[in-house]
Amino acid sequence: METLRLFRHFTVDSLGLLFKGDKYYFAWIGFLLLLIAAGGVAYSGQIRDGLIVTHMRDQVSWGFYIGNFTFLVGVAAAAIMLVIPAYVYHWGPIKEITLLGELLAVSALVMCLGFVLVDIGRVDRFWHIIPMIGRLNLPSSLLAWDVLALNGYLLLNWTVVTYLLYCSYTGKEYNKSIVIPLVLSSIPMAVSIHTVTAFLYNGLAARPFWNSAILAPRFLASAFCSGPAILLVLLQILRKTTRLQVKDEAIFKVAELMAYTMGFNLLLTVAEVFKEFYSNTEHLVYIKYLFFGLKGHNGLVPFAWASVITGAAAFFLFLIPKTRTNWVTLNIGCVLIYASVYIEKGMALIIPGLTPDVLGDIYVYRPSITEVLVAAGIFALGFLVFTLMLKIAVPIMLGEFTSSKANPQ
Amino acid sequence: MSNESSRPKRMTSRGLKPAGTRRQFLGGTLAAVAGALVTGCGKEGMEEFLQHNFRELSKDELNQVIARLEKEAERTYGKKIRIGNEPPMQGVIYGYALDLSRCIGCRRCVHACVKENNPSRDPQIQWIRVLQMEKEKGVDLEAADAYYNPEEVPQEGHFYMPVQCQQCKNPPCVKVCPVGATWKEPDGITVIDYNWCIGCRYCMAACPYGARHFNWGEPTLPTEDVNPETHYLGNRPRPKGVVEKCTFCIQRTRKGLYPACVEICPTGSRKFGNLADPKSEIRYILENKRVFVFKGELNTQPKFFYFYGV
Repeated sequence: METLRLFRHFTVDSLGLLFKGDKYYFAWIGFLLLLIAAGGVAYSGQIRDGLIVTHMRDQVSWGFYIGNFTFLVGVAAAAIMLVIPAYVYHWGPIKEITLLGELLAVSALVMCLGFVLVDIGRVDRFWHIIPMIGRLNLPSSLLAWDVLALNGYLLLNWTVVTYLLYCSYTGKEYNKSIVIPLVLSSIPMAVSIHTVTAFLYNGLAARPFWNSAILAPRFLASAFCSGPAILLVLLQILRKTTRLQVKDEAIFKVAELMAYTMGFNLLLTVAEVFKEFYSNTEHLVYIKYLFFGLKGHNGLVPFAWASVITGAAAFFLFLIPKTRTNWVTLNIGCVLIYASVYIEKGMALIIPGLTPDVLGDIYVYRPSITEVLVAAGIFALGFLVFTLMLKIAVPIMLGEFTSSKANPQ
Repeated sequence: MSNESSRPKRMTSRGLKPAGTRRQFLGGTLAAVAGALVTGCGKEGMEEFLQHNFRELSKDELNQVIARLEKEAERTYGKKIRIGNEPPMQGVIYGYALDLSRCIGCRRCVHACVKENNPSRDPQIQWIRVLQMEKEKGVDLEAADAYYNPEEVPQEGHFYMPVQCQQCKNPPCVKVCPVGATWKEPDGITVIDYNWCIGCRYCMAACPYGARHFNWGEPTLPTEDVNPETHYLGNRPRPKGVVEKCTFCIQRTRKGLYPACVEICPTGSRKFGNLADPKSEIRYILENKRVFVFKGELNTQPKFFYFYGV
């Protein structure tokens, strides 16, 4: 009973925190709500008229939505991977880094599920894919597995975050025998969500561009570049704006690890490109469409090269110790690698997988205004969730906001 | 109605009967709430929302569903429509063979198919795609043209390869469906439950033949174009946001008729029959002609064969 009462206080007090802040905080929230509203309006049009308001068609039947979904699964997976070095190197703020990673994972998953939801043609039948209620086609459908993996991962992270924050709030030490196994199990689960998502494409023999054995390793490698990039920037912002202590050394260590994963990511890309071009089979058309265009259709080409160039540039910035430990070049590197992976695991993965189509037809896909607005709305929702969670989590982590302070009597 | 007798047997043999009351209860409660939000339109909308997978419906439930769908279709299209649910015939596995040396690319099959199967006219959906190929290059998809439009066919130096659902024995589309909305019937036809499909289009990504088509917008079908003789798993009018495909004209073939595309073909390029019958024409072709399957390396094992008759 006591726990229940405390938990109620915890929830009420936390929610109360959301309504306190300076004008920048409210401006940011207002901006996100505006974007969410715009996305909502665009989505209601899509509900009314069908997916015809997107530019997807039978030839390119997946597009911007699924591209963003795939990228964000990577972010969700990689957020947790930072927990490993935090443990291995015994960094001081290990709990804080774990928490931040988990908050990022939860927000990324909210966006992932959002993108899947807006992509399905019959959102009124969403219950068909809910485990136990609907009718999941297990074990054969990878999409059914992905539903389980993503929701399980969301639930796990959500539970750990809530428990840790609740303990800090009540001033009790958290129970290690509960938290450590959960956090440790979130690591293989992080790997599994991205692997299952890769297998979802990988298993399609009809699409040679995806039907490559190194697709899952490539997914993981690129995720370990983009995910930490977000956290590095975030850690810097948080230690500037709050009392959170993060040592330079910890940040540089992450940057060093990123240099290795980026190098590995580039190696895997080169392996794929070599295999396709050297063997020069009919499967070459897809990668050709991506990098050089086919029959005069070359809309993807600048994006493909931008991804390669930003990826390589970021690799060198992170590889060289001097640029890695310089705040300006480090942050430029973060932005570059983020952009590179966003293209690579988004549009540059989905579109050439489906173009030319299985009968050789080239349909030039470009997202419609509706798709862009809906996507912006989902990103804004993710950022909103993240902001609100940080708003509660940071003061609790810093011990500024506890049960005794919120309820002085 | 011989079909009614076989339905329950088929269901238990697939082990789908004990779906559990807890599941129904959970599904019922949650779905009722959400259904009211989503459809917001009374009893029929709710019934449609709560409807289960075709393979889990009892005989009574299926009859109710069909009655509701027939009523709905009549309201939408201003015409009485019969939605049948004829079961597979015993000892029949359908097979198809197409003579590439005879096909002239006239696309009469495409139009006969549209007339028979009630696909949306705008946005336009066609289940058969005829590819014009260059004789010099053979079956080369990079050089294939699905949009050829000359005064006269066949064009010099070209041959024609119609592609539709290959009714694979090992269908990748069925494997990937997250909710089991598509499956292979005992007579070898891969079908879709249009009332269970969630429209995720994973099956479209998985199909190597471009056989699956999505209702991107609200389907339109003028009253005078509606074919009122339909099958639940075949050519009944489809809703927006679901996938559809060729079913070898299940509404015809399960009554012993030829598919519409076979019947219309002016050159006799299209052959259809029972693979399980050693004396059928389709078996004769397989045993005596030069036959190949499209994208055989993918091991989809089509029951749609291409051959050279002359």
